[in-house]
Amino acid sequence: MNTLKINGNDVNLVSPIMLADLLLMKNYNPEKIAIELNGKIVPKKEYRNVTIGNLDSLEIVSFVGGG
Amino acid sequence: MKIIINGTETETLYRTAMQLHNALFSDTDVIVLNGYQISDDAELNENDQIYFGKKNVFPNMKELRMIMSARDSPFVHEKLKGATVGIAGLGGLGSNIAAMLARSGIGHLVIADFDTVEPTNLNRQNYYVNNIGMKKTDSTEEILFQINPFIEITKYFTKIDENNVFDIFGKCDVVCEAFDSPFAKAMLINALLEKCPKIMIISGSGMGGYEDSNLIKTKMRIKRLYVCGDEINEAAKGMGLMAPRVSICAGHMANAVIRILIGSMR
Repeated sequence: MNTLKINGNDVNLVSPIMLADLLLMKNYNPEKIAIELNGKIVPKKEYRNVTIGNLDSLEIVSFVGGG
Repeated sequence: MKIIINGTETETLYRTAMQLHNALFSDTDVIVLNGYQISDDAELNENDQIYFGKKNVFPNMKELRMIMSARDSPFVHEKLKGATVGIAGLGGLGSNIAAMLARSGIGHLVIADFDTVEPTNLNRQNYYVNNIGMKKTDSTEEILFQINPFIEITKYFTKIDENNVFDIFGKCDVVCEAFDSPFAKAMLINALLEKCPKIMIISGSGMGGYEDSNLIKTKMRIKRLYVCGDEINEAAKGMGLMAPRVSICAGHMANAVIRILIGSMR
């Protein structure tokens, strides 16, 4: 079965979802991450325009403080 | 056979380093062959680079330049010398990365920070008591010139935002994200990914406290972005930043820079 991949892990979506909503659902703070969708960077301003489905592959890098 | 002796291409009949030393450089006590200091004899081959020097003698600038390039491995030296590397933030990560890259012979560093050195920095950042109150950009520059007087430094005493990222780091081959705040980290990395399509980025994320050193890794997380750290342990109350893990993470980042520039990063 085809499923969405987030950082290599399978996530089965019942229906396509807006990226911003997916981030909210998965507890990601959009101000602390960088995202690659199917090998391409997603600019922050596109989070509300991009729809994610079960054939997609997402890499979400979440940054933690300290440096 | 043609070899390079103390920076000068020379025709020689001597077949080993010690033969050459005993014949022409018997008053020297340091021998560096192809970037590696030797104590036992070694065979000489075409195009080898050999350096003979004296201990406890203060070199002049010309000699110092030659010694410093002799100490680097040939080929590696040329690639690093021709590189421009950006360091965004000169705290625990950035100040240590800058020192390591200067030691490694990077030709040009672009350093940026908006802060001054304060006593609370000294537990992990590469500054000293006499730097307190100075701009971190000025202190870092001073320290880097003590390490490597031949490095080129471009410094920006400014806060980095989406609008000035390209002006500051646009000409870099690699940029190290060395900020403290996760929001600033994400802002810089997104700006570099979106606006600077040729620049490789190395980010430090997760080096707080005194957790296991071996949790700190270098990973290519997305195209053009390497993340160094454990990606979990953030600086927080009760788990502040400490010199060892911050330095380990800085070491990962500096080594990632070198590997990218040499072309050995997978």
